[in-house]
Amino acid sequence: MLDTGRIAEAVRGAIVRAASELRPDVHAALRQAHATERSPRGRGVIEQLLQNADIAAADSVPLCQDTGTVWVWVEIGAQECLREPLQAPIDQAVSSAYREAGLRMSVARDALFDRSNTGDNTPAFLDVTMRPGTGATVHVMLKGGGSDNASQVVMVPPGAGEQGVREVVMRAVELNAPNACPPLVVGVGVGSTFDKVGVLSKRALLRRIGTSAASPAHAAFERSLLADINAVGIGPGGMGGDTTALAVHVATAPCHIASLPVAVNVGCCAIRSVSVDVA
Amino acid sequence: MSEPVILTLPVARQGLLALKAGDEVLLSGPVYTARDATHERLLAETNESGGKLPYGLEGQTLFYAGPTPPAAGRPAGSVGPTTAKRMDRYTPALLKAGIVATIGKGTRAEEIVRACRTHGAVYFAAVGGSAAFLATRVVAAEPVAYEDLGTEALVRLTLRDFPVVVAIDATGDAFLDHAASDWRMMSGGASSRAGAR
Repeated sequence: MLDTGRIAEAVRGAIVRAASELRPDVHAALRQAHATERSPRGRGVIEQLLQNADIAAADSVPLCQDTGTVWVWVEIGAQECLREPLQAPIDQAVSSAYREAGLRMSVARDALFDRSNTGDNTPAFLDVTMRPGTGATVHVMLKGGGSDNASQVVMVPPGAGEQGVREVVMRAVELNAPNACPPLVVGVGVGSTFDKVGVLSKRALLRRIGTSAASPAHAAFERSLLADINAVGIGPGGMGGDTTALAVHVATAPCHIASLPVAVNVGCCAIRSVSVDVA
Repeated sequence: MSEPVILTLPVARQGLLALKAGDEVLLSGPVYTARDATHERLLAETNESGGKLPYGLEGQTLFYAGPTPPAAGRPAGSVGPTTAKRMDRYTPALLKAGIVATIGKGTRAEEIVRACRTHGAVYFAAVGGSAAFLATRVVAAEPVAYEDLGTEALVRLTLRDFPVVVAIDATGDAFLDHAASDWRMMSGGASSRAGAR
């Protein structure tokens, strides 16, 4: 029996931590970029981002004023059972975390017909899947609006292949990177279906920078996309430089013989996510 | 790079003419936070009063930002720029009505470049994703209007040495539109990058 209260508590803790502590892999990647960035203006921006991380951690204040919408992905161990649906306790956790940690309420009640603020940053956007074993793995991402607005889903003809995927990624970056708070982390989903490819690209953002890609082919494609993105010169803050992106993460999946779905989910320099195991 | 320009707000349009696209500037003085919902109301009120800005906004600067609540002894825990492009639909009318400068992040439509040139206005860009740092350069916050909008309320912030870059100057030079190509040119292009280090 898995206690939904423990999952909710994990979500609450993850939100508070993610909001003010820069992901260690992103921090390391920024320090590395500071060492290699040749543009003085670009280095200046990275210095400001590193100082920002220090202040946020020391004063427990949010890394970014846009403390995002909350995406929660719960992988439930197949041996567990739950007594109640997860949405309500998770929303309760979001509401109390946002109030207690002084985060910004950024959710509109309805996208089209009522854009009033829900006032407690609920609802959370929840995905639930199963994995083998016991317990649960809880992933929480606070996603900023500026970087999500820079994201895209495109259905490419299968014949376009790698080049077609590359063109989608480059178009999204060239058009939108200056508005999405670079240096970016770029999540690329390829495959599955129109609705699921966005999730693939979002999960790709959870992967820690510097950890292995799914295969040598994935790794080579990621390196090549990163080189192309950084050759554009948009740079930190969009002010010109070598570091437009810190990493590109590609996740692929099976798909219909007629399709090549591509999603680009843009993560900003303050990309915030925490993954925790609940016993 | 040269030393940043020190600029005290509010500033007359005349005082903005010397600023050139790409200049680094430290802003001090009052600015007014305004996001999407704020703009909707500001423009409606301006139109209702025949083009006159409400709340003494004439000659003032709008900061596209929705801060987090006060924290760490500061008036906002975190406050940084939001994407300026979303405000493009409202900006020409507000510049015409007397707003002299705006602060945000990212590129803007050609129409805004033209409007800056026509009205002698300036658009400043701040570094997105550095809002905890930027909050240390905000020394006061006073609500002005629309408190029901929460973080989108119109609030007068007082800045002290708030770092920005001139992203569109009063002659219509849009720095962020050519920053990437400038850098490619300056750094010798992508082809020579492999051997640069």
